[in-house]
Amino acid sequence: MTQSAARAPILAAPRKRRLSRQNWERIVSILILLPSIIALGIFIYAFIGWTGFISLTAWNSAAPDFTFVGLQNYARLFVGGGTDMTRFHYDIRNEVGFLILFVGGCLVTGFLLATLLDRKIRGESIFRSIFLFPMAISFIVTGVAWRWILTPGTEETGWVGVNLLLTNLGLGGLRSAWFTDPTVFYIQPTTPLGEFLHSIGLGFITVPALGYAAAITSIVIAAGWQMSGYTMALYLAGIRSIPDDLREAARVDGASEWEIYRHVIIPLLKPVTLTVVIILAHIALKIFDLVYSMTGGVSAGFATDVPALNMWKTTFDATKFAQGASIAIILLLMVGVLIIPYLVWQTRQEAQ
Amino acid sequence: MAAATQRRPQRRWHWTRILIYAVLILFAIWYLMPIYILLMASFKSQAEALQIQNMWLPPRVIGFKSFQIAWFGSTEPPATLGLEQGFYNSLMLVIPATIISCFIGSINGYVLSKWKFRGADFLFTLMLFGMFLPYQSILIPLVVTYQNFARLTGIQLFATIPGLVVAHVIYGIPICTLIFRNYYAQIPTEMIEAARIDGANFFSIYRRILLPLSQPAFVVVVIWQFTSIWNDFLFGITLANTPKVYPITVSLNNIAGSFHVPYNVQMAAALLTALPPLLCYIILGRYFIRGLMAGSLKG
Repeated sequence: MTQSAARAPILAAPRKRRLSRQNWERIVSILILLPSIIALGIFIYAFIGWTGFISLTAWNSAAPDFTFVGLQNYARLFVGGGTDMTRFHYDIRNEVGFLILFVGGCLVTGFLLATLLDRKIRGESIFRSIFLFPMAISFIVTGVAWRWILTPGTEETGWVGVNLLLTNLGLGGLRSAWFTDPTVFYIQPTTPLGEFLHSIGLGFITVPALGYAAAITSIVIAAGWQMSGYTMALYLAGIRSIPDDLREAARVDGASEWEIYRHVIIPLLKPVTLTVVIILAHIALKIFDLVYSMTGGVSAGFATDVPALNMWKTTFDATKFAQGASIAIILLLMVGVLIIPYLVWQTRQEAQ
Repeated sequence: MAAATQRRPQRRWHWTRILIYAVLILFAIWYLMPIYILLMASFKSQAEALQIQNMWLPPRVIGFKSFQIAWFGSTEPPATLGLEQGFYNSLMLVIPATIISCFIGSINGYVLSKWKFRGADFLFTLMLFGMFLPYQSILIPLVVTYQNFARLTGIQLFATIPGLVVAHVIYGIPICTLIFRNYYAQIPTEMIEAARIDGANFFSIYRRILLPLSQPAFVVVVIWQFTSIWNDFLFGITLANTPKVYPITVSLNNIAGSFHVPYNVQMAAALLTALPPLLCYIILGRYFIRGLMAGSLKG
């Protein structure tokens, strides 16, 4: 009840005498909002349109050139056959791998930590602070720190970071080239499986663009370090909002802790899970700073290249503005497909 | 019944409880590990830092030379530009941008929660999309506008601190408005109706009723804007374009990105860059978490 009252406009009270004053105040309220609306209209929506326009032009050198070329810049990314295409295909491969592992890893870690912290832990607030503090730090700092921790080193000059630690612990076999690893896991056409796929006409999936670049794991580790505590915080808030009676009732009915989680808590946390997935997935799609600072923005065989980084390098380093704009629009569409239904859902839910 | 539920965890205490604490402590170590590495590297002398095989060990002698070079830079080879300029730039940028964001967010939130007009919710949803916008999709027009702004209006936005302030304020409007709107929505409308009967108008309701109650929302927005502007890199590297204006994250990236800077200086620089938002988190942690929740749209 309070909620609906809070949402209703204040103008429900005496009508007749105040009409002119109400109109005046209504106009003032819109006038106050107007600068923000205009600013966002220009800086978000008009600029998106402008980027869309640039992506259809031939502006691929420092000097502006607004010759209309249709979807050429997009075509070059998807089917062009050149380096631009190969790179973009690898970007998508890396983005998909990163998104799945990062979101999945954060969900599992965050949920685990939240359920553990919910069990009347002594020093809970200390644990919570420790799990959450990376969230306050810049992705650049995270990138710098993790680049050092995951610097591989060499046998001759000495191992560094995690590799050094593993060697000292007698686990040298687990050493890895981390973010500098050019390895790509994919179904090679020369293997029996690859040959079989070729024979049944599925040879097109035996390409490095449909695989997983080992170096992405390092980005997942660093990004997960930063964002899993946030996931924990959202889940913990969700778990705490479930009434104790509900769990108590299930316990009285003889449900085990596991069954309570399986049939009561996890289903009730669905909205939280959805929110977490949306937030993390959109962060994953936008990931730029972390990769830039961790790898310096370059990688052998584009093993850690992602669309947001490609856009920036293509636009501002290579001054291929139209090409950069086309990548930006694709990035926007990917985020939009994810976010717009979520925003609509949220607004509807709130209106109810 | 109470006895039964109590006895079960009692019997299990030994291994389950210990396991839970063990897992939590292991995770705590994992989250703290990068900070440990940063601290160990930063406090080592140059000579000790060179012994990379000891990078996981604490310094034998505590030294502050790394911080000194990270902050002031160094003219001896390898010549390094310090963080100092970037730190002041970030401060000059983050303070006005945060204050302006607060007031815009507050007044917008007031209108969108208490003076809803037709289409207000739709407008608000359009606004919210700005929170999730990948900035790459507006970056080229933004740079072009900034570069040409001085020619058209005489106001220099490109490669200036005010230019960065403008960008951060505008792209911060959605989140700041959201936080205030959700906060004001909880304030009972009856209170405002009563004030109206007593003759309060649009502005006096805001000034006398909402503003005095807004302190928690202000704290949340201050923390949110402070940390996100301080931590921003994309606008800094694209719009600043000169070391005189670079925010601290760009300075840090330049120090860490050049391979001749010793790693202990890099780590000290990273630590100094992380310090202000970390302090903010430690002092105002409670509000910080509230801001994070707001970021997920939940009121």
